[in-house]
Amino acid sequence: MAEPFLIGDAMTGGYGAGPDILHSCTIAVDPGQIAVIVGPNGAGKSTGMKAVFGMLNLREGSVRLDGEDITHLTPQERVIKGMGFVPQTQNIFTSMSVEENLEMGAFIRRDDIRETMEQVYDLFPILRDKRHQAAGELSGGQRQQVAVGRALMTKPKVLILDEPTAGVSPIVMDELFDRIIEVARTGIPILMVEQNARQALEIADRGYVLVQGRNAYTGSGQELLADPEVRKSFLGG
Amino acid sequence: MDFINGLVVLMNFVLIPATAYGAQLALGALGVTLIYGILRFSNFAHGDTMAFGTMITVLVTWWFQSMGISFGPLPTALFALPFGIAATAALVLLTDRGVYQFYRAQKAKPVILVIVSMGVMFVMNGVVRIIIGVDDQRFSDGERFIFSVREFKATTGLREGMALKTTQGITVITALIVVIALFWFLNKTRTGKSMRAYADNEDLALLSGINPERVVAVTWIIVAALATIAGVLYGLDKSFKPFTYFQLLLPIFASAIVGGLGSPLGAIAGGFVVAYSEVTITYAWKKVLKYWMPESLEPSTLMQLLSTEYKFAVSFMILIVVLLFKPTGLFKGKAY
Repeated sequence: MAEPFLIGDAMTGGYGAGPDILHSCTIAVDPGQIAVIVGPNGAGKSTGMKAVFGMLNLREGSVRLDGEDITHLTPQERVIKGMGFVPQTQNIFTSMSVEENLEMGAFIRRDDIRETMEQVYDLFPILRDKRHQAAGELSGGQRQQVAVGRALMTKPKVLILDEPTAGVSPIVMDELFDRIIEVARTGIPILMVEQNARQALEIADRGYVLVQGRNAYTGSGQELLADPEVRKSFLGG
Repeated sequence: MDFINGLVVLMNFVLIPATAYGAQLALGALGVTLIYGILRFSNFAHGDTMAFGTMITVLVTWWFQSMGISFGPLPTALFALPFGIAATAALVLLTDRGVYQFYRAQKAKPVILVIVSMGVMFVMNGVVRIIIGVDDQRFSDGERFIFSVREFKATTGLREGMALKTTQGITVITALIVVIALFWFLNKTRTGKSMRAYADNEDLALLSGINPERVVAVTWIIVAALATIAGVLYGLDKSFKPFTYFQLLLPIFASAIVGGLGSPLGAIAGGFVVAYSEVTITYAWKKVLKYWMPESLEPSTLMQLLSTEYKFAVSFMILIVVLLFKPTGLFKGKAY
């Protein structure tokens, strides 16, 4: 099997000098795919994702993007390498307009960003209507769209989302998932952590169930949803 | 006619001086609020930064004057101003390198940075006094009035007169230009927007590839310019005395807090609120009321709420009222 586009390979590590949270955990995603990390509380889902993005030091294992070893790069350097990251909270500039949020997303670019901005507006039409409004005045779902749009402005080669549907209503959640599928269809691989395991696995090409920082089950979203073990332990039967 | 005479007195003694003073405070408060928004601490050294910038400008002005350079009706200091700004920018950037950067790297709490800035304040204080001394320095030259009391009376034929000092006119015009330029910079340029982004959400700004050290450096340069301009305008309008500039810290902080710390628009509004309050409360209203009230009600006292020696109490009162009833200020500031 060919090497995946982005892979966190056998990652072991934790925060600072603290105990290891991840134990030989592997997470990977390919272009056009959505990879979802699910698992019970405290399983290390977010930690796994943060390890891929370089927010904690790995003691073992490596992270490779498009075949290049990026294990020792800082998150900022990874952004320049083409990783887009959407934090779970505080992921927008609340006092700035929607358009300014997108401009700031493209800060590292020196070329013309208007085309990318149009693409983001095509993807999230509501943002076009509200582009001169302060992002902090938008609803929860719209804010998440701004956050994803901001990350897309660098034209990332891979997009990482930390619980994009946290704190939004079920209807908005469905809409956000639809948008995420649309982003994936443009060819950008997406890696995300989700609390809403069932819905997330439904749209996932690849699912990772983590338990205590280890890969417990791995497979396509449908496989995991069909797996009686996974159903029993995480999806409530 | 009585009403107009009263109005002229009010303009001459309250509105015109308070507007000039308000513009000076607004410029000072803008500097404080920018540091608070972007470096996330209250800069106690701001008054002495103003004093330093003004001192350099005064020295360069004297040098110009000694060479016989003058600029007609305009004060020479206006043309020495760029030198003052450059020297102050160099000083604050050096201070940032030598002092603040160390604490930033440690992610020191804002309260620690406040104390650090007090240390910087004492050092700057000392430097200014060693170089120029503690005395009052006058450095304004050129035309003294745009129109004087006598000219006003002659033209209008009113009993009361009104004067507009050149320095007052220059203060308001300069402040207007500086504020427009600052807002244009913050809202329209890439660097300005990155400063607002950094002030809004530091982590996300880092994720977006905004270089924090560059944002900080640009902020210091702008603050140096604002502080020097505010200091020189105040010095031209009144006089330059290092201790007065240290004392200005209180009304300036009051202005920034009234407006809402971190909000540039608030700093301007706050500057005028504090200035108008200070002047109206310490003004002896008898002269105005004499015209506006029927003769039988003519006040027998000066009708002065507070004597001018207590003008700093006004800043304190405003501060207390704002902190009690609207701690985020008029324009929703933030707190770190």
